[in-house]
Parts: sequence; C-alpha cells; structure tokens
Amino acid sequence: MSILGTRVLRTEDPRFLTTGGVYTEDVVDERLAGACHVFFVRSPVAHARISRIDVSAALAAPGVIAAFTGADLADLPDIGPMMPGLLNERMRRHLLAADVVRYVGDAVAVVVTAEPYQGEDAMDLVDVDYEPLPAVVSLAAAASDEVVLFEEAGTNIVANFGDPAALDEHLFDDCDVVVREEIVNQRVAPAPMETRAAAAAWGEDGRLTAWIPNQGAQGTRSGLAGLLGIEPAQVRVITPDVGGAFGAKFGADPEHAVVAWVAKKLGRPARWTETRYENLIGMTHGRAQEQTVTIGGSRDGKVQAYRLEILQDSGAYPRIGAVLPFLTILMTPGPYAFPRAEAVAKSVVTTTTPLGAYRGAGRPEATAAVERAMDLFAAEIGMDPAEVRRRNLLPPFTEPHQTAFGALYDSGDYVVALDKALAAADYATLRADQAARRERGDVVQLGIGLACYVEITGAGDGEAAGPSENATVEVHPDGTATILTGTSPHGQGHATAWAMLASDELGIPVDKITLKWGDTDLIPEGGGTGGSRSLQQGGAAVQQAAQELIELARERAAASLEASPADLVFDVGRSAFAVAGDPDATVPLAQLAEDEPLLVRAVFSAPGATFPFGTHVAVAEVDTETGKATLTRMITVDDAGVVLNPLLAEGQRHGGIAQGAAQALVEEFLYDDDGNPLTTSFADYPFLSATEVPSFELADMATPTTYNPIGAKGIGEAGSIGATPAVQNAVIDAVAHLGVRHIDMPTSPMRVWRALQAARSENG
Amino acid sequence: MMRVDLTVNGEARSDDVEPRLLLVHYLREVCGLRAANVGCDTTSCGACTVLLDGTSVKSCTVLALQATGQQVTTAEGLAPPGELHPMQRAFRQEHGLQCGFCTPGMVMAAVGLLSENPDPTEAEVREGLEGNLCRCTGYHNIVRAVLAAAAEAGGAEVPAASAAAGGAAGDGAAAGDGAAAGDGAAAGDGAAAASGDQARVRA
Repeated sequence: MSILGTRVLRTEDPRFLTTGGVYTEDVVDERLAGACHVFFVRSPVAHARISRIDVSAALAAPGVIAAFTGADLADLPDIGPMMPGLLNERMRRHLLAADVVRYVGDAVAVVVTAEPYQGEDAMDLVDVDYEPLPAVVSLAAAASDEVVLFEEAGTNIVANFGDPAALDEHLFDDCDVVVREEIVNQRVAPAPMETRAAAAAWGEDGRLTAWIPNQGAQGTRSGLAGLLGIEPAQVRVITPDVGGAFGAKFGADPEHAVVAWVAKKLGRPARWTETRYENLIGMTHGRAQEQTVTIGGSRDGKVQAYRLEILQDSGAYPRIGAVLPFLTILMTPGPYAFPRAEAVAKSVVTTTTPLGAYRGAGRPEATAAVERAMDLFAAEIGMDPAEVRRRNLLPPFTEPHQTAFGALYDSGDYVVALDKALAAADYATLRADQAARRERGDVVQLGIGLACYVEITGAGDGEAAGPSENATVEVHPDGTATILTGTSPHGQGHATAWAMLASDELGIPVDKITLKWGDTDLIPEGGGTGGSRSLQQGGAAVQQAAQELIELARERAAASLEASPADLVFDVGRSAFAVAGDPDATVPLAQLAEDEPLLVRAVFSAPGATFPFGTHVAVAEVDTETGKATLTRMITVDDAGVVLNPLLAEGQRHGGIAQGAAQALVEEFLYDDDGNPLTTSFADYPFLSATEVPSFELADMATPTTYNPIGAKGIGEAGSIGATPAVQNAVIDAVAHLGVRHIDMPTSPMRVWRALQAARSENG
Repeated sequence: MMRVDLTVNGEARSDDVEPRLLLVHYLREVCGLRAANVGCDTTSCGACTVLLDGTSVKSCTVLALQATGQQVTTAEGLAPPGELHPMQRAFRQEHGLQCGFCTPGMVMAAVGLLSENPDPTEAEVREGLEGNLCRCTGYHNIVRAVLAAAAEAGGAEVPAASAAAGGAAGDGAAAGDGAAAGDGAAAGDGAAAASGDQARVRA
C-alpha cells in the first residue's frame, strides 16, 4: 500500500521537541568564532531630516568596537524598488538612512559590540538631531501629494494598476439594487515567533557566508548580493531552522546587508538578532488596503456587476506590498460568475513601516472585499447569504476557466464546497438558533458568517518555463537516501513530506531519507517556499527525480543481472529490482550505488498556477451590551486537490484559519496621526492566544488538479483567505438585525459597540 | 560578577555571572542549552518557558541569580537522552508543532499546567496556555496534544524527568556542521544525545 495520503508523523519533530531547532541565533560555527554583535539605532520619529549624528559617546562605551552611520556606507549602491518598470524608480533608499528618515524604525546607525548586553547599553548613546517633517499616515493624505516623501519623485504614488478614468460609468445601469461600501483591510504584523536575524563571515577567498532566516536561500542570495553591490556567486547563504515566516522572510532586508558589510569592514564575523520591538516596526507589515466595493444586481439574488477600487499602503519604501494590488485585482471576482466586474488600484507611500507579503499576499484582500460585498448585497435584498452565493457561483468545470482578469482557474466545484460546508455546520439549525435569539431579544446574539473563495497558488516562473522547481535524489550504498530541494521549509514539514514522495518510489523507509535545503553552494537554484507552491512543484520534482532515478538504476540492474532492462520489475516493497518471472534474480537498489553515485537531478515544470477553493463558515456570539465578539465555531472546506499527508495539510489549515480569525477579531498594527507606532510589543499588539479561537472543524474535499502528477494544489494560505471574511461576516451578521451594515476589522468590542450605538441612534 | 549555584537538568552548576544576566541567557549562552528561545521583550510569548522547582516560569523574566538553589528543567532535560517525555510524544503524535520556535516553551508550560491540573478540560488547557504564543498551529493541535498527554496519564501528574535524566548537554551543544548547513541536522553532542533516532536519520 502506498504511503501517500497517510498520516505520517513528522521526522523533524524529536529534534524540535528536545534540543530545539537550530535557528540563526543558535548557530555555533567556527566561521563565526569571535563574532561581534550589531545593534541598529532607529529613528524615533516618522519623518525628519537628519541634521547631525554623533556616535562619539557610543564609541566610548564599554565593549563598543565600532559605530557606523549612513555616511560610512556611501560606497554601497542605493536601493530602488523591485520591478522598476512597474514601481516608481525614484523612490530610493540607502541601507542606513543618511539624510531623511521616513518611518519610525528607519535605521540611521549601527553600534557594534563584543557582547550583546553592551550593545543594548551603547545604542542609546548615539546622538541624532532630527528636524521634523510632516508625517503622512492616512492614505488620503498620501494620495493628495501635499507632503511628498521623496522629493525626487515629486509624488507619493508608487504605481497605478488600471486607469480610474477608464471605469465604466454604466457598469451598474441595469441593476435593481446597488450597494457601495468603504472597507479597511487593516495593517497587520506578520510577527513570526522567530524575529529577523543574520550572521555573516567573509572567507579568505573573499566570499561571504551569511546565515539568514529566510524562505528561499537562492532569492536571499540574490537580494543580499544586490544590496551589497556584489555578484551572487560571491555569496553563500545558509538557511538555519526558520521560526516562521508567513511571507515576510523572502529575499533580503537592508539589515541583513548591513551586518554583512560590518563583518567585512571589521574583518570579523558579525551577528544580529532583532528584538520584538524592532521586529514589529522593522519587518514588513501585511495587508493595509482601503477598498471601495460596489455591487449591483437584481432582487432575485443575481449579481450583475461588481467593482473594486483599491488604495494600497506601501509604507515608507516600496517593497512587495506595493505590488500586491496586482494579485488582488487578479482575483477580483473570486469564485463568482459576475457578468461584469472591474477593478483599479493605486499604491502610495506613507511614513510608516514598509509593506510586504503576509500569508495570502493580495489574495485575502480580494476575498475579503468580494465576500463583504456579497453579504452587503444579500442584506440589501433580504436574501440568505448562502443562497445569494449559490446563485452566483461558477458552475463546476474540469477544463480551465478563464476569467476576465486574466486568471486561469484549473479546476473547481464551488457549489459542492459550499454545500459541504453548510452541511458540516448544520446551517439550518444555526439559522434557527439565530432566529430564536433575535426573537427573544437575547443580550448575546448569534452570527453566522460565510466566505466562498478561490485563490491562486504556485504562480511564477522558475528555472524552466512556467512554474518550476528542482530536486535531486541520491541513493546511498547503505540503503539511505538524500534529497536536495529548492524549496525551503519553515514549519510545513517538507522533510517528512518529501521523504514520503521519495519513499513511495524507492522503497526506502521515510526515516532513512534525509532532506537538505537552504545552502546555495549545495543547491544553487530554487524558488523557495511561498505562495503555497512547494508541494505542487518542489514535491513533484522530488517524485520526478525519484522516478528518473529508478530508470537510471534499471540500466545498472540490467547489467548486474545480465537481463534486458525491459524484463526488470522494481519491487518497491523490497527496494530491489527483480527479473520478471525469476523472483530469485534480484539486486537491491542500494547496491547499485556502490560503484558510482546513484543520483538524479530533475526540474519539474507545471503548465501553470493552480486554484484551490473552498468555503468557510464561522459562528460567532456577540454580546450586544459590551460589543465583545466570541468565535465559537469554525467549519471549513478547503479543497487543495490531492492531500499527500493529512496531518500536515490540516496543520496548514489550522494555522491559516487562526491567522485569518486573528485579523478579523483582534489584530491591527496602529499608528497615531504623527506616525508613531502604538503596537510595538506583544503586550500591545493583540497577537492571538489559545483562548480566542475554538477547535476547528475541517471537512474534506479533494478535487485533483492535472497540473502535476501528485494532483495537489497549495494549502498554505487558504485558511487565512477564507477565515478572515467568514469571521468578520459572522460578527456583523450577529448584529445585522439591529441595523448594522458593516464593521471594519478587527471587530473589536469598541468597534462593535460603536456600530451598535450608531445603528440605535439612526433607528431611534 | 556574582556566583550562581543551581541545578540544571539534574546537573549541579556553579557559575560567575553578571547580576543582570537573565536566566534564559544563562541557559543559552553559559550552559549551551538553546531549546528555550526569546520571542519577545515583554514576557508575553512564553517561548522561554522552563520549570523552576517544577513550576513553569518565563526565563526571560527571571535573573539567573534568582534561580540560586533551585532546580531548572528545560526541554533538553525533560526526558532521558534518546527518549521523549510523554508530553513531547503527544506533541509529535498530534502534530502540535510546526516551525518549532515556541515548542520547547510550550511543552514546558504544558508540563507545568498538568502538574497543577492533571485532568483539564479543553477550556482549561486554553486558559492555561494563554501566556504561550504560537503563530503556526492555531493552537488546535497543541490543545489536542495536552489533552492526549493528560488522558494517557489517566489524571496522574505527568512528571518532569528525574534529576538523573542527564539532559544537560554542557557547553557548546547544538554545535557542529549540521547546524550550519541548514539541513536540519542539529549535529553535535546535545542533539545526538537527546534524540538518538533523529540523529541517525539526519546524519
């Protein structure tokens, strides 16, 4: 029986549970012997001109080896935005801000010490004079260009996606009902448990070795080389264990390059581990869109037209976040068959922490917008939101479906996903309970929230045409095997999953297969892990390499057994070749590696991205006196095609659901009007705890994709895509009968209470 | 410098430390026990949780000197080398960990929780672990793991390993090429000692 599809326990767990993972801060390596410690001095003001920096007091402090400012790094290239053709190229920065700081947290200097505690003491001694400039916090203020962050650019607009002037003024002409709402998809902090870090050492050969927690060593190598103005071949990136990433550890950050620069400058290895305070203001944030949705249709529940207008906060320097509206627009209509839909977006810079990718990266924003719009439309026409969705979902399809926004949905059966979720939730009973509470006028009301979604996973080109990834499989004479992968696990369980795929082909037990990743000298190519791409491309590459290895071994086995290759069968159960009809004539696979290495490198290339889908049902109780919302149930159908290991797939769903619920219920990164961040510790930033979510109820559905032999789509982000609007919709649904139409996330007690007060005064 | 005398995972130790040295940094840098992690600045996340005389504490908020005369147990010392404590086993069985960063602290908090309440309800587990944050699992499987460990113990206390567990890996554990290579091979004495099977798979 195949091991695929079974609940194989993780081989990586015993290590994590006992001695713990070896994260960047934990790395002990002779190349890092005597490493100094780098501390970043960061701007305490949102926008200012630096008139003077004096590091002399810091230099005199105990243990201080050196201190550097932006002027010292003048030999390094300035940094323009990625995708220069798309984003405003005149919005440039330096590794350390030398003239102007543009957000609280902008690094202006580093202090380098022998011991970590000395750095904590000395960094406060760097004296910086700031001439304040006006903060630009609201997106409206940014878009007005009254104060521009980059004089050279002359505007705060990073990019336009579509032309607002080209919107169809007749889009809603034939609609009986048109609803419009302004929605904030708030800024959140990715906040992986392991903060950012780096360790850097330069060899006598002039090459840099950098240990950095990341989501793909190869991309981090390129990014780091670019920031340092050197060739990627001069850089070796090593990925230690990574304590969570959620999209925010792709590539390289300026701090990583500064640590490498310090190591070179001082001729001594250097290390840096940021504090949680630094992490919350320094690591890229996620989401941060202001959306205007307009939806129109007929009173029988058919939507005729939908429009999505987006203002994206890019933060102080354009990074991936500035580009995310592209993905949001791509997924505008979600799983629905809207006859007409259109979307435009604009990205602007503000004096806040830069925006980057966060679990879902642009797609959760699309789903949140359309799922809120569907509920607004349903409320307006007085129809059950499940029924409105059913009437507008695309019918099932097995041939790819092309959307008007350029997405090619590979396979889908959205109505079945909705029905399964409703059945698992016992939707009718929930509605009856809700009706009874409303009838009684209970203080605690019940809300049921839905979200139907389709998302895109595994997009983007690799080393081959189309989405692709490489893997190398090697069988050793002792009966073990090694896999090299271009993907980069940080909690997903690749060591187990990839071993399962190889084991299934090679007949070598999972616990005899070692996975290696994250060393660019060992594995020069790779796309890393993100966008829910790993299994469908990286896993498929492992399977392909293992299959090709069997064919390579077959030739050797034929020679060994003096038989024709065509007459050999590979017995997976015994991990050996046998001559058909002669069970005694066998040769073990491992033996074929004795004389020369037995390995194959394969590149798997997919025809395109895949589109997982599903339906989430959230049940929330809302105390109408205090505004406190409690998530009581979470039922989800997440169809990501064939499941390789249910244990791992469920884990991905759980984590995503919780992060989605967290955004809907509690999380928000806040600034005051002067650009001061207000949520800079875990005491202030409302990171979800175990008490705020229930256990989750997962229903199974698996519609295979034909885009890879495994039949798998991505599962890493689905949870956060579906859960966010489902939970938000549930909270609003609980108080909808009291006249509340919309509540922005997070649906905090204060927001819910205010919405109730506003509705009461409006109705009263 | 001041002298701290204490027992770490069954091993008596005496070290000169800065008075302000935090227990978590003492464990990580002086003892070479790096399972406990630092995940925040505000005693909020619990990644550094260890047992102090059997009670779970956040070791980022304890000075090393305050542990004088006490027994410190870390994830490394929870079970004899090469074995898993029932709580560690339950976390693996129920997939209660993903990236692993919160895990050693979460496991220690869970052990501490069951020592106070050997037969908790789901709500009590969630309340009891409220001070330990996890970004990966959504807590679902962590809660299941703790309930499974409690059920396995049948309401009896799930004890930490005896002082003889010998999990203290000594200075410089978790060293070696494996750690550097990012292939997941936490080589070196500490990892090999505490996780025999794993070390073989990884070698």
